Amino acid sequence: MMLPAGQTPAYLGDDLGRTIVQFLPPAATPMAHSVDTLFFWMVGICGLVAMTLTVVIGFLMIRYRRGKKINRDFHVSKKRELWIEFGWSLPVFLAFLAFFYAGANLYVKAFSRPADPIRIDVTGKQWMWKFEHPNGAREIDTLHIPIDRIVELDMTSVDVIHDVDIPAFRIKHDVLPGTHMFLWFRATRLGTYHLYCNQFCGLGHSKMRGEVIVMKQTAYADWLNDQQVPDSPAEKGAALFRAHGCSGCHMGNSAIHAPDLAGIYGKPVPLANGTMKIADAAYIRDSILFPSKDIAAGYRNDMPSFRGKIGEGEIQEIISYIKKLHRDYRNEP
Amino acid sequence: MSAAVTLPDVPPGYPEEHYLNNGFSLKSWLTTTDHKRIAWLFFIALTFMFFIAGAAATVMRAELLTPAGDLVSDGTYSRLFSVHGIIMVWFFLIPSIPNTFGNFLLPMMIGAKDMAFPRINLLSWYVYMIGALALIASLFAGAPDAGWTFYTPLSTQYASDATIIAAVGVFIVGFSTIMTALNFIVTTHRLRAPGMTWFRLPLFVWSMYGVAILMLLATPVLAITLLMVTVSSWLHIAIFNPAIGGDPLLFQHMFWFYSHPAVYIMLIPAMGVVSELITTFARKQIFGYEVMVFSMLMISIASFFVWGHHMFVAGESTFSALVFSLMTFVVSVPSAIKIFNWTTTLYKGKISFDAPMLYGVSFIGLFLVGGLTGLVIAMTGLDMDLHGTYFIVAHFHYIMVGGAVTAYMGALHYWWPKITGRMYPEMWARFAAITIFIGFNATFGPQFLLGVAGMPRRYHTYPDQFQVLNMASSAGAIVLAVGYILPLCYLVWSLRYGRIAPPNPWGATG
Repeated sequence: MMLPAGQTPAYLGDDLGRTIVQFLPPAATPMAHSVDTLFFWMVGICGLVAMTLTVVIGFLMIRYRRGKKINRDFHVSKKRELWIEFGWSLPVFLAFLAFFYAGANLYVKAFSRPADPIRIDVTGKQWMWKFEHPNGAREIDTLHIPIDRIVELDMTSVDVIHDVDIPAFRIKHDVLPGTHMFLWFRATRLGTYHLYCNQFCGLGHSKMRGEVIVMKQTAYADWLNDQQVPDSPAEKGAALFRAHGCSGCHMGNSAIHAPDLAGIYGKPVPLANGTMKIADAAYIRDSILFPSKDIAAGYRNDMPSFRGKIGEGEIQEIISYIKKLHRDYRNEP
Repeated sequence: MSAAVTLPDVPPGYPEEHYLNNGFSLKSWLTTTDHKRIAWLFFIALTFMFFIAGAAATVMRAELLTPAGDLVSDGTYSRLFSVHGIIMVWFFLIPSIPNTFGNFLLPMMIGAKDMAFPRINLLSWYVYMIGALALIASLFAGAPDAGWTFYTPLSTQYASDATIIAAVGVFIVGFSTIMTALNFIVTTHRLRAPGMTWFRLPLFVWSMYGVAILMLLATPVLAITLLMVTVSSWLHIAIFNPAIGGDPLLFQHMFWFYSHPAVYIMLIPAMGVVSELITTFARKQIFGYEVMVFSMLMISIASFFVWGHHMFVAGESTFSALVFSLMTFVVSVPSAIKIFNWTTTLYKGKISFDAPMLYGVSFIGLFLVGGLTGLVIAMTGLDMDLHGTYFIVAHFHYIMVGGAVTAYMGALHYWWPKITGRMYPEMWARFAAITIFIGFNATFGPQFLLGVAGMPRRYHTYPDQFQVLNMASSAGAIVLAVGYILPLCYLVWSLRYGRIAPPNPWGATG
């Protein structure tokens, strides 16, 4: 574990399995403490009910066993019977309403979106977790967060349904492809905690585990600054797009008449010769190197060739950028 | 196996000819329309499926002895728990009590000669067998590996091709369920003997009637859902596939709309059986007969409105989650009432402890634990912690195995003399009943603790701190396996060597 100097040792709140048996993970958020309190209340109540019924059933079975001589006269009127049934149904129903309320109370708190959180993008993928911090710093399967700050995960998946489950925070939520789900928490205990995928997502499901490292706020800030924020291929492509002057013609409101490229990737393009072509990577590459080969319908053949002026790697970066022009960040792989 | 049964000494008062000896040929069995023989056909098929699924579970428990995935690969493990779940749910638990004991006893209990549609009854078995063959074919074609819940887009886009074959098998077996349900409803309505009014029906008959309604209403939804999964997988239609605009949550809603009532399809017959067991062995009428009937019907109806409690953290709205949580507590009230009524029935009874009664009492205990832990996870605020962990696994095994299978074993021993004309060995049976009770608790008790510790279900490998509890669970599974194999041995033995059963071995009065 790479921890900046001055950081409290992570294993202060370690739940990474240095013991051979663990009953409750550490409770690292106020919500976790509330959940634990409620859970132990329920264990107490349910335990009491189970014990009482066991004792009653055991007592009745022994007292009224076949061999025993005992008065077995039993008669209750229908009316009395109904009162008895009502007598035990009503308290049960009221108790159940109380249980419902106690659970709902926590749940509503846990799933109301917080104001002004640190938002971290989460992408689930068979079988890894990708995290992107607000400044663009990225990490895989390990999530660094500051203590005492509300952190909201903005979660999506690129393939199947996953689930972010952090037992030390007593909270989880499914991560769905094609849409965004949110989960927030405020960690109040330094340490390193398990992160599990909790929705079966294929063969590697049980290996889709990670760690959440709760750090002091200053340590988190230092950590963020130390991260090299690499430009993604698309970001490099955007710079190239400007540097080579492409943006001069191919941007929506430029003076020179050239096709607007936003949203073009993957779509069919009508050509001047009456045919159609899909604007895939090969088409875009050809259009950069051999612009006169496939002229888009309605445009003149006046784009210069960039053959020899631009490297293959740069072309790929520009393609990544063009792809991104229509895909919003939700679907980014 | 029963074809070989001959009754050497016909006791006085017994018919010379009965359903077991009025034909020994294979044809006489495979073309029978006698509800009692059809019950046997189901019985043999279900037993076979039960032990396949049980074997899968045994290998899983062996794999989970160690944190590393060292016994089977991750692919094999996914297939083991998928096959275990699919077979246990659709090919054993759902038909378990209705298609065997329901088939055998329903006409007798209402004074009918047979089911209303004897040939549809036989057809139901053939449809079941076709579904089962499709499922077994899927095992040879690579085996399904997306879990018994078939969640999309995993099942449609990413799972093995055999997953869809298995889904087709489940689709087919659904029609068997529908046919049997239809038969039960019509039989109960139309073929009751004169004087057998609705409120004189044995509670077992009521439970068969209630479960038939559930089956008839819920199963078509499963069929539609699986059909859509199959079609969207083969033809690449969007329905559930988010990559082309479908909605995976829609699948979950439709799946649980069936699969939550399905839990009660397993449980209501079990409740019917236990009501018979408790009254017979306590020598007493059930306490609050009408309340038992109405609570059962309430469960049947209300269970259609709780499906969303499987999706508290799946992406449904907070409002839906709260409504489904509230409805779940509502449907729990009648279950609690039933437990109180069974307990009160014991009061001033004359209780004996034959094997069926041991199963009856262990049903109450295990169902109680399953029910109480169900309350815990019906609370939205606790489910967000426990959802998807071993706590859930333990909870539903207490209901489906501790509840439904225990009642099935109780029914098996209770009606064995009626069905075969032979007594089973009582001491062995009591020993097995106690072994199953101990083995069951030893297997699934530690899983509650595993869930509280945070271990997610369907994990092939796991962090080291879960090992001790997993070992305890696996050790319990050995005891449980012995408990289930014992009855198979002594019941088969008793077919030939068991004591001839007297006319009313339990001294039952109802």
